[in-house]
Amino acid sequence: MPMELLVTLVLALPIAGFGLTALVGRRLGTRAWIVAVPAIVVTWAIAMVVVWSALSGGFGADGLHFTLYEWVPAGDFTIEANFAVDNLTAVLLIVVTTVGMLVHVYSIGYMAHDPGRWRFFAYLNLFMFSMLLLVLAGNFMLLFAAWELVGLCSYLLIGFWYPRPSAAIAAKKAFLANRVGDVGFALGIFAVWTTVGTLNFTDAFERLSEGLAGGQIEAWAITGIALLLFCGAVGKSAQFPLHVWLPDAMEGPTPVSALIHAATMVNAGVYFVARANPLFSLSPEAMFVVAAIGIFTAILAASIALTQNDIKRVLAYSTLSQLGYMFASLGVGAYVAAIFHMTAQGFTKGLLFLGSGSVIHGVHEEQDMNRMGGLWRRMPITHATMLVGSLSMAGIPPLAAFFSKDEILGEAFKNGFLWVWLVGIVVAALTAFYMFRLMGKTFYGPSHVDPAVEPHVLESPRSMTVPLILLAIPAALLGLVLGLPFGAGLIGQWLEPIFEEAQLNLGLHHEPVQILGVDGVLILVSVAVATAGLAVAIRLFGFHWPLRGDDTEAQPERVVVLTARAPRLYRASFRKWWFDELNDLLFVRLGGRVAHFIWWFDRAIVDGTVNGIGDVVQGAGRDLRRIQTGRVQNYALGIAVALIVMAGGFLIVTAR
Amino acid sequence: MSESLDSYLALSALLFAVGTFGFLARRNAIAMLMSIELMLNAVNLAIVAFGAFVPSLRGDASVIALVVMAVAAAEATVGLAIVIAIYRNRRTPLVDEYTQMRE
Repeated sequence: MPMELLVTLVLALPIAGFGLTALVGRRLGTRAWIVAVPAIVVTWAIAMVVVWSALSGGFGADGLHFTLYEWVPAGDFTIEANFAVDNLTAVLLIVVTTVGMLVHVYSIGYMAHDPGRWRFFAYLNLFMFSMLLLVLAGNFMLLFAAWELVGLCSYLLIGFWYPRPSAAIAAKKAFLANRVGDVGFALGIFAVWTTVGTLNFTDAFERLSEGLAGGQIEAWAITGIALLLFCGAVGKSAQFPLHVWLPDAMEGPTPVSALIHAATMVNAGVYFVARANPLFSLSPEAMFVVAAIGIFTAILAASIALTQNDIKRVLAYSTLSQLGYMFASLGVGAYVAAIFHMTAQGFTKGLLFLGSGSVIHGVHEEQDMNRMGGLWRRMPITHATMLVGSLSMAGIPPLAAFFSKDEILGEAFKNGFLWVWLVGIVVAALTAFYMFRLMGKTFYGPSHVDPAVEPHVLESPRSMTVPLILLAIPAALLGLVLGLPFGAGLIGQWLEPIFEEAQLNLGLHHEPVQILGVDGVLILVSVAVATAGLAVAIRLFGFHWPLRGDDTEAQPERVVVLTARAPRLYRASFRKWWFDELNDLLFVRLGGRVAHFIWWFDRAIVDGTVNGIGDVVQGAGRDLRRIQTGRVQNYALGIAVALIVMAGGFLIVTAR
Repeated sequence: MSESLDSYLALSALLFAVGTFGFLARRNAIAMLMSIELMLNAVNLAIVAFGAFVPSLRGDASVIALVVMAVAAAEATVGLAIVIAIYRNRRTPLVDEYTQMRE
């Protein structure tokens, strides 16, 4: 029981923090964090105990399962509030609670001057509860509830500065894009229920695979269920074609971008597909779709990130691109690599976002990188930590994302998905390039900071720099700790048992890594490509050589020449391949026309018919009323005329 | 006494037309009742004429004429009673003043 109690506490503390902060937060003034932040710190500590028990094998092979209470008792149909903690959950718990805690601490400083801070901390706590519920949920229904809750929190926090129209619109956009995916997700859950009659993860997956083996369930049904559920993952993890909401989500406060839109919520889709691996691995078609959408999103987003000027948008497209990697990895059957990359990306991107927040804070709420530059001297801690993050993101050994990205590419190659590997290599080069374009434009190169602001540019307060340093540690060392030795690291030991069945379904077997053979070559190729991208970016956007003593190695004129050489490509990238315009055309204009026509049809035809009948009856009544004059003579005349007509008619008929 | 049925019928039609005109044109309720009597008598005249000239109708025509007279008497009684009742309320015999039930 004590473990069950601890897991319950992990959920109870954030929701209690939310309740308290929401109720009394307004009175706390500048100390609005006084409940919310300690609640998450304690949650983190408890979660670490749970994680430790899980990863050290304390819960056995299947993990810890327990039911808190019966949530929906409705005759035959019951849904329990049941939770499951296995190694996959444990890895997620590490990322969610650690990044969550650091973001909470960081927010104390970042939101210090915002009058709505109590609201901010309340939402942040609600998000932590929702995300932890999502990770711990043991059935589809509970997961779906958490899925929608994180969506709600995302909406509330993107639109946190709701008086700004762009923020309000971005929040709406995120919400709507997620709804599109969630329709598929809900349909998928319905399909699971009607097919196997249970929503418990373990039971449902077991019965689906038994049904397929026994012939009761057709293969296309499995593929259909998997693809419907994947729709939800596409929406939540912002994959093509629903990727458009994530870059706009950067309208929210930067800690939110770091926590929700880089490290945790957007990973929910990846987590779900990994959780549902026994289902997805039964359908090669579904796996192919996952891989294709993933790798396409990866290259699409990377190509857009090359030319964006808003520092947070570059990072947002980078997140999209990395999420694409993860889905590609899931699609080729490299589940461990996907979760590994998710972990590495979570810490690294969390660090980069918090760093960008520190930069934005430092240059007085300026987000345009064209108005930064040369900041490394003024913000040394921010610079150093972001450099670690960028190197990791670029895939330079021995930092975290190098190991995970390399594992994805290696597995894709070895599992026979040569096209995924090829595109992945290109994306790796682009990643290194745009990360160091960002570093060059922000920290090195000539300064374009507003001269009025420049003297006041200072390093951020300690509540912001300490989380940066704490996040830089996993961003630097995570890969070494979890990924070494290649192919047999800790992360593999933790997660491989969970994906055993899927590996069996897919007919993949774990081969020992040949560091002097194929794997070594693959690593060399990806590192070489990443270094090349990095080197080009440094040549173009500047780097500081302390020995030479000049800051401005940037070559803006070369950039102009290069972009002029491929104006179409440049414009395509800069305009984000016109996806917003396409959506505007398809859904706002064309969809608006259709909606307008339907509105007209409803108003003119449907309402017209109904009102027309009423009008005719009313008009007839109004006109016929005149006949009733109240004069006896008029009635008598009527009788006389009618008599004459009838008699005349009778005569005419009988005369024949 | 003329030997032709047509002349009786012509007189009957004339009387009926006079009665109809009176009924439609007069505003006084009493006069309208009198017009109705005129129409009934015109019809009665036609019936007895048929009875006199068509042998197969002889017995029936007399009976029908008696029935019409009885009905006419009853109608006049009820009609006059109504007219008097209205007159007591409205203090006028003119029917176009009776507009209370209109609309």
